[in-house]
Amino acid sequence: MNILTLLVVIPALTILGLIFTKGYKQARVLSAIGMGLQFVATLYLVYMYFQARGAGNTDAFLFDQNLVWYKSLNIHYHVAIDGIGVLMILLTSVVTFAGVFASWEVKDLTKEFFIFLIMLAMGVFGFFIAQDLFTMFVFYEIAVIPMYVLIGIWGTGPKEYSAMKLTLMLMGGSALLLVALLGIYFNSETATGLHTFDMQELSKMHFPFAFQKFFFPFAFVGFGVLGALFPFHTWSPDGHASAPTAVSMLHAGVLMKLGSYGAFRVAMYLMPEGAVYFANFFLVLTGFSVIYGAFVAVRKTDLKFINAYSSVSHVGLILFALMMFTKTAFTGAILQMISHGLMTAMFFGLIGMIYGRTHTREIYKMGGLMKILPVISATYVIAGLASLGLPGLSGFVAEMNIFVGAWENPNLLNRVFSVIAISAIVVTAVYILRVVGVLLMGPLKNPEHANLPKVKWFERVVIILLMGSIVGMGTMPLWITDTIRDSLIPIMEKFVH
Amino acid sequence: MDWSYTIWIPLLPLIGFLIIGFVGRKLPYPIPGLIGITGIFGALVLSYITAYKYFFVVNADMTFEPIKAVETLWMTFSDKLHFNMGVLLDPISVMMLVVVTTVSFLVHLYSLGYMKGDPGFGRFFTFLSLFTFSMLGLVIATNLFQIYFFWELVGVSSYLLIGFYYEKPSAILASKKAFIVTRFADFFFLIGILVISYYTETFDFLTLNGMSESALASAGSTSFMGMSVLALGLTLAFVGGAGKSAMFPLHIWLPDAMEGPTPVSALIHAATMVVAGVFLVARLFPMYYHVDGGIVLSIIAFVGASSSLIAAIIATTQMDIKRVLAFSTMSQIGYMMLSLGVSGYDGHHGLGYTASMFHLFTHAFFKSLLFLAAGSIIHAVHSNYMTKMGGLRKHLPITHITFLLASLAISGIYPFAGFFSKDAILDAAHMHSPIYFWIGWFVAGLTAFYMFRLYFRIFWYEDREYHHTPHESPLTMTVPLMILALLSVVSGFIFFYILPFGTYITPTGEEFHMHIDWTLAGLSLAIAVVGIFIAWFMYFKKNNKAEKVANSFGMLYKWAYNKFYIDEIYMFVTKKIMFGVVSAGWMWFDTKIVDGSMNLIGNTTVKTSYAIKKLQSGKMQDYVLAVVVGAVALGAIFIYIWTR
Repeated sequence: MNILTLLVVIPALTILGLIFTKGYKQARVLSAIGMGLQFVATLYLVYMYFQARGAGNTDAFLFDQNLVWYKSLNIHYHVAIDGIGVLMILLTSVVTFAGVFASWEVKDLTKEFFIFLIMLAMGVFGFFIAQDLFTMFVFYEIAVIPMYVLIGIWGTGPKEYSAMKLTLMLMGGSALLLVALLGIYFNSETATGLHTFDMQELSKMHFPFAFQKFFFPFAFVGFGVLGALFPFHTWSPDGHASAPTAVSMLHAGVLMKLGSYGAFRVAMYLMPEGAVYFANFFLVLTGFSVIYGAFVAVRKTDLKFINAYSSVSHVGLILFALMMFTKTAFTGAILQMISHGLMTAMFFGLIGMIYGRTHTREIYKMGGLMKILPVISATYVIAGLASLGLPGLSGFVAEMNIFVGAWENPNLLNRVFSVIAISAIVVTAVYILRVVGVLLMGPLKNPEHANLPKVKWFERVVIILLMGSIVGMGTMPLWITDTIRDSLIPIMEKFVH
Repeated sequence: MDWSYTIWIPLLPLIGFLIIGFVGRKLPYPIPGLIGITGIFGALVLSYITAYKYFFVVNADMTFEPIKAVETLWMTFSDKLHFNMGVLLDPISVMMLVVVTTVSFLVHLYSLGYMKGDPGFGRFFTFLSLFTFSMLGLVIATNLFQIYFFWELVGVSSYLLIGFYYEKPSAILASKKAFIVTRFADFFFLIGILVISYYTETFDFLTLNGMSESALASAGSTSFMGMSVLALGLTLAFVGGAGKSAMFPLHIWLPDAMEGPTPVSALIHAATMVVAGVFLVARLFPMYYHVDGGIVLSIIAFVGASSSLIAAIIATTQMDIKRVLAFSTMSQIGYMMLSLGVSGYDGHHGLGYTASMFHLFTHAFFKSLLFLAAGSIIHAVHSNYMTKMGGLRKHLPITHITFLLASLAISGIYPFAGFFSKDAILDAAHMHSPIYFWIGWFVAGLTAFYMFRLYFRIFWYEDREYHHTPHESPLTMTVPLMILALLSVVSGFIFFYILPFGTYITPTGEEFHMHIDWTLAGLSLAIAVVGIFIAWFMYFKKNNKAEKVANSFGMLYKWAYNKFYIDEIYMFVTKKIMFGVVSAGWMWFDTKIVDGSMNLIGNTTVKTSYAIKKLQSGKMQDYVLAVVVGAVALGAIFIYIWTR
């Protein structure tokens, strides 16, 4: 079987298997096995990919599989992958695997919980390998819909409101996106006279400028809603605050990346002139959102809200980098997708561990946790340092590529917004250190917290998986940057005039 | 010659960090400390071997060519810009290796005694090893990005160590402040790096320093607000250096950083990390000198001189002995900056550069000695305040003698170390401009005064009763004091007469002869003696002269005592304006406007649907009525149109 198809089949089989499980223990063990297999398959994919590249295969996309799905509409199940996709799959696999362990103690409706969680993951895997826009859109919706159920049933706080808000806003984005996809489809022409959704064929066509000008905003904003594009980000704080731990991890860690990845691989890649035309507009919007998210995070007191606004800032940086149109900045954008995915999943995982013990997320109701929960607290500090871009951790690698890449674009407006975006490194330090100072340091604030249970083995698995990836990426970035840069070559051709 | 072993100089402390951090943290006293000491001792030995080979074997012909011992690609930015990691050996980096490993080793040794019994003993050595690794990585950096990488790492080590007593609210605040203020400076540094690398297309120090004046002029031909872009980039890089080196007005974090354990203050906030800014300017000195005719150097000289003066004035009024030393550090670093700023390039004109490095070298020893001695005093008295001290010479004989020697050294008394380096700085300042000389001269007097104010107040003044009788510290603490005292006494003498700095460390690599201008030296000796005399007069015996003098200065004293209210200004701008107005305003905007409009769309949809859902009532008679009314209305419209 094609290795890429396998990545969709394993989650599908896991879901099927889950239906027949009894009790929470069976469900979680089966999920762990399924996602463990998925993780192994991903590592095998990485190995195969580098072996193929090492053997001199210079095709842009590898492991191609193309099956006709709807013949009359020329819709195909077409999957293939390049280096960027491989890295995104790796990210998804790590976060999903960690997510299963973070949900180890979900005891109500465990079976159903894991079914929806893995369905979400399956959608994400499918999205990253799809080469046919229709197939991609199907996977996209498979990833987005389970969120409603997961938040609405297993969430906390005003979960119905949050679930509804998140789903409706994302559906709004999907609607815009669908308009753009159909626009692309009906304006495509192939040799056989049929329209096509196939991205590899579409990328060879040149759409007229008037078309691009009209449809680019639909596609970019449509994906951008999921990528927390300012001002369409407000689903994210509420949604994350209400979502259960693993869902926040998966959602902020990988699902939001679907937005920025799609904005890059679909909207910008297929409509480069439209992208350039709207560059300044989106530059201002995204550059502002970087500093905006950081400043709002400074005032928030709920851990999940702080992290959600921190995400607005960090994800804003991805879209900001895309508006620079330089190879280094694009590399940085992809790196930031991976880095933010790992960091935010780590944060949400840790917040879940803390919340599970103290039953509060208000930082001022806690304090001095360092003494009580040394492992979790120390990990929180390291994750915080990664978030503020400490060298040796993943955030630094991504941010420096973005900043150097941003500076390569000499337009005055780009320079001004680069400086604004870079200044966020200071504000980020403020809100991260504030949380560390209030939550972890200091004397124990609430005496009820004196005997909180120590870190458990499955929590250690979450920490080791994610922290290992963050440190690995931060200390050995060369193979990642080179993989991305190789895969960017065909994309850069679109932006050289 | 094979230099690749030098990579182990930073790696040994890193290995120590990993071992203690992962497995050794919980081991019983003193195992974590011993692991840390082993790592740093290895680095120390390798550094000394390197220094010997570099200065006396390879460069016996006095050329001192820079050597790239190791270089490897770490990350690709673009086709032109690569992020390399490597080891650059040249006179200043080799000198820094010696300074950092020596002081770090002694501080490790001292901490073995000082931190005994602390529950965070293992954690302390973890952080200390991390710091040593980062600092060594910084000094051997081959390029701007590598230095930035380690620059941030030393910043975070400093943060972790200042906040070492993490249950103390003041330590939390101080660590946050130190990190955020230096981070703010690093923001400028980063932009400076981006500007410089964009126009020169390289991060590499040797390439940057090797660029001729015309090459620099053409690379920086774009101008920005009257400066060439390269001058702008260098200025921004200097802001980063000023933040790390606690130069006015970015110095506010340094006094608060004294919340950390005292050995940390000695290592990080006196001898090594805080001089990183000076090192950065020295590292790029040829470039600073050649861009725009050295315009940036004049900024550096001004900042250095003003910091030096302001800090010395504040130091005379503080009561916390560690804060006095902190301001003293700032003042001495101001000297080093001033010296770089006034320096020329060729031959004897490069004296400022040499003097700056010389002072960095000697200052590292006597200042870390002062801090370690202060630690010994605090250890004995359990207080930082000089008002709680007095007459300690009887209780702490070794600390007393070593503190006195260090005070003489920093005051610039012949033949102690500080005399030679400070004299060289004043000489260089005098060559450049008399104003800077007189500022430096006045600061020398203030230095002698505040140091001996400390000395007399702590060790003489009054024989008071102590709650616990103070007793001398254990050998692990006093041995480092004695070694540093020896270095404070002889390092100036040796490196002036026997192995003169002017031979080994100069901007161009060419040697020049250093000599003492006895007119200037006499002037500075005289004011130092005057300073010591005034301190003796005011603090030798218990009296109220100090208060009288303070009162006679009135407002000036109050201002200086309150550090000229600079902290308050910062607090106002950050707390009230940035986080009060901007942050709160944007949060309001986010919830009310952005999210509000989303909710409005949602609510409007719901309300509309409620409104129109009444039409679908499910009652047949309503629908029939609607059909009839509609038919009549349509009929009326058609009739109206037809009959028109």
